[in-house]
Amino acid sequence: MTACGGGGGGGADAGVVRSSWGDPPNPLEPANTNDVQGGKVLDMIFRGLKRYDPRTGEAKNALAERIESSDQRNYTITLKKGRRFANGEKVTAASFVNAWNYGARIDHKQRNAYFFEYIEGYDKVHPASGAAPTAKTLSGLRVRNDRTFTVRLTQKFSTWPKTLGYNAYVPLPRAFFTDHAAWLRKPIGNGPYQVRSYAKGSVMKLRAWDGYLGPDKARNKGVDLRVYTDSNTAYTDLQAGNLDLVDDVPAQQLKFVRSDLGNRYINQPAGIIQTLTFPMYDHVWSGPARAKVRRGISMAINRAQITERIFQGTRTPATDWTSPVLRRQGGYQPGLCGDACRYDPVRARKLIKAGGGLPGGRMTITYNADTGSHKDWVDAVCNSVNTVLRNDRACVGKPVGTFADYRNKMAGKKMTGPFRAGWQMDYPLIQNFLQPLYYTGASSNDGHFSDTGFDRLVNQANAASADGRAIAGFRDAEKILAEQMPAIPLWYQNGSAGYSRRLSEVALNQFSVPVYSQIRVG
Amino acid sequence: MGRYALRRLLQMIPVFIGSTFLIFFMVYALGDPVAALFGDKAPDPATAARIRKDLYLDEPLWRQYAHYMGQIFSGHFGTAFNGQPVTELMASAFPVTLRLTLVAVAFEMALGITLGVLSGLRRGRGLDTSVLLLTLVVVSVPTFVSGTVLQYLFGVSWGWARPSVSPEAPLNELLLPGVVLGLVSLAYTTRLTRTSIVENARADYVRTAVAKGLPRHRIVTRHLLRNSLIPVVTFIGTDVGALMGGAIVTERIFNIHGVGYQLYQGILRQNSPTVVGFVTILVIVFLLANLLVDLLYAVLDPRIRYA
Repeated sequence: MTACGGGGGGGADAGVVRSSWGDPPNPLEPANTNDVQGGKVLDMIFRGLKRYDPRTGEAKNALAERIESSDQRNYTITLKKGRRFANGEKVTAASFVNAWNYGARIDHKQRNAYFFEYIEGYDKVHPASGAAPTAKTLSGLRVRNDRTFTVRLTQKFSTWPKTLGYNAYVPLPRAFFTDHAAWLRKPIGNGPYQVRSYAKGSVMKLRAWDGYLGPDKARNKGVDLRVYTDSNTAYTDLQAGNLDLVDDVPAQQLKFVRSDLGNRYINQPAGIIQTLTFPMYDHVWSGPARAKVRRGISMAINRAQITERIFQGTRTPATDWTSPVLRRQGGYQPGLCGDACRYDPVRARKLIKAGGGLPGGRMTITYNADTGSHKDWVDAVCNSVNTVLRNDRACVGKPVGTFADYRNKMAGKKMTGPFRAGWQMDYPLIQNFLQPLYYTGASSNDGHFSDTGFDRLVNQANAASADGRAIAGFRDAEKILAEQMPAIPLWYQNGSAGYSRRLSEVALNQFSVPVYSQIRVG
Repeated sequence: MGRYALRRLLQMIPVFIGSTFLIFFMVYALGDPVAALFGDKAPDPATAARIRKDLYLDEPLWRQYAHYMGQIFSGHFGTAFNGQPVTELMASAFPVTLRLTLVAVAFEMALGITLGVLSGLRRGRGLDTSVLLLTLVVVSVPTFVSGTVLQYLFGVSWGWARPSVSPEAPLNELLLPGVVLGLVSLAYTTRLTRTSIVENARADYVRTAVAKGLPRHRIVTRHLLRNSLIPVVTFIGTDVGALMGGAIVTERIFNIHGVGYQLYQGILRQNSPTVVGFVTILVIVFLLANLLVDLLYAVLDPRIRYA
C-alpha cells in the first residue's frame, strides 16, 4: 500500500507503463513471429496496410490509402503519402514487396511463410517438397511506382484485403536486409513506438516515437516489457506496486482478483476457441453413424458448470465454431451449434447408444500436460461424460508429456480418440475460424476432416464479391460442422488483465493483447 | 598434491563426456522439438524440414552428439531457438546465479555454523532443542512454500523488499531469494556442525587443551571448530553445485533470470543446445567444487596428505 503513494515507486520512469511479458520463443521478425508475446511487440512498433480496430475488430486502412479489385483476385494497393520508418527511411511499395518476398522464401525459414501462399508464385519460392526454390521473388507481386503495387492471387479470395492487418504483412526497412543481425538486436519499425533497448529474455524498453503520423499516436511516454517466467510473480509485483499491467492473471488468483483489483480487472472475450477434435482418419471415429456418437458426446458435456467451477468464469460456453469477438456482422452466430452444444444427459445417452456406443466402450481425451493446466478441465469433461453414461471408466484423460510431442502425435495421425485443440485467430474474420481448420488438407486441419459440401461452400464464400454474401456463405459451411461434429466446440476463451492505480484507459483488443498506445499514465 | 590434483582433473574427462551424453540423450528422447515452434498451428512441412536440417535434428543421435561436442571444443555452444547464441545466454545467466548462490552459501555458512556451534556446546539444553526443532521445520517446508510466503510477507505486506528481482540482479535485491535458497541447506549445515561439535567435544585433544588452561574461545575456534568443520566443508562444497542447479524454483518465484530460468525455458522448449550447454557448465562447477573440497581437507587437517 505504501509503495503506491507517489505513483512513481519501484524504479518507474515517469509516464512509462511497466508491463509483464513472456520471452518470445522465436526471433522477432514479422514473418517469423507467431506467438502472442512477440506479436505484442510487432503491434507496437509496426503498422501494416490494415489495422483491426481494437474495439470492433473491423479491418481499417492504416498505411493503405485504398485496396482495389474488380475480380477478387487481382488487387491494386495504394499507400498513404509521407509515412516513414523510425530511422527516417520512407515506407514505399518496395518496403512491402521486399518484406513479403523475404517472408515467403523457404531459405529464410519463416514460420509464417504460409500466409503468402495465396499469392501467385508461392510454389516457386516455397516448394512444398522443401527442395531448392526455383524463383527468388513472388511472381504475383509487382511494384508499379513508389506508392503503388499489385498483387495477383492464385484463387478468388474476397476477404483477402481484410487479412492484411496480420503482423506477417508489415513493411520492412532496408536495414532489415542489409544488417539483419543488428536489426534483430534492435528492431526498427514504423509504428507508434520504437525500441530503445532490448535485453533478450529480460526486458524490452519501448519509447513513444514522435515521428509517427498515424491516428493512434502513443498517449504515454513508453512501455517497459518485463519478462516473467511465472505469472504469479508478475501478479505479486503488481500488488506490491512494482508493475503496472499484467495481461495474464494466474488461475490461482482468479478467486481474489475482484477484491484485490476491483474494476482494474478486465475479463473480456478474445478470439480464441477451444475444441475437442476427433481423428477423422481413424475409421472407428468416422462414418455417418459415428456422427451421432460425436454429437452425443458433445451433449454430455456440462460446459456451463466447467467454465464456472474450473475457469472461474474466464471462459464462456461455446455455441458455434467462431468467436464472439467477430460480432454478428462478422459471422459470429450464437446457437448455431443448436441442441448439440446444450447439456442434455438423457438425449446424449440415447444418441451415443443409437450411434453404436463409444468405440470399444470407452474413449480417451489426449492433451499435453506441460502447460496450461489442461488436466483439470479434461478430467472434468470426462467426468461429465462418465456421469451421463453412468460408467466411471467410459472416458479418461490421456496426458502427453510435452507440447512438441503432442504436436508430433497430431501431425503423425497418431491420435486414437478426441484430443484438445485450441485456435487463436490470426485475424478477426470468420474465414480464419473455418478454412484453416476444416477445409480438406488445410494447414491446421488436425482432425483431417474432409467434406466436399463444406469445401464447396468455403470456395463460394471466398469468391463472393459482397461482404455480406461471403459471411453468409461461411455460415452455411459452418452448419455442416454442426451436423457432422468433427470437432466439439467447448468454450470461448477470455483475455484477462489487471492494472495498477497509475494507469487509466486500459483495454484489450480481440487478440487479448493490451492496446498499449491508448493507455494513460498518472 | 600437484599430482593428486592432476589425476583428479584427468578423471573429470570421462565424467564430463558421460554426463553430457546422458543429458543429450534425455533431451533427445523427449522427441522432435520443431513442431512446438509453430505454436498451436500445424507446421508447414517444408519449413519445418529446413529448420530441422539447420539444427542437425535430422541426423542420428550419435552424429548430433559428435557435432555438438565438436562445437563445444571450439568454444561454440550452439544457438537457442530464439536465435541467440547459447554462450550469450550463459554470459547473462551464470553471473546472476553465481551471485545468488554466494548469498545463499554465505548465509548458510554464517548462520548455520554459528547455530551449530552454539547448540552443540549447549547440548540438551533449551537452545539446542529449539534449534533442532527449528531446523526440522525448515527442512520439511518445501522451497516453493517458504519462497512464496516470504515473498508475500516481505514484498507485499510489509514492503521491505522487492518481490521480484530486476534484470541486473544487484546483490541487495538477491538477499531475500538467497536466504530462501539457502534455508534448507542452512538446516543441514546446522545439524552437521552440531553433531560434529558434540562428537569432538569429548576428544582427547580438547580435554588436553582445557587442561592446559587455554581460554575457552581459543579452544572452540582453533581446536574444536577446525576439526569439526571437515564434514561441514564437504557438504557446503557439494552444495554449491546443487544450489546452482537447484535454483530453478527460487529463480522462478522471484523472477530471477539466471541459470534456472534458462534451463526451465530450455526444457520447456526442448532446446538441447541450451539445456546441454548449461548442464555442461554445471557439471564442471560441480566437479571443481568437489576437487576444491578434497584439497581443503589437507588444509584443515594436516594428517590428511595426498601422494
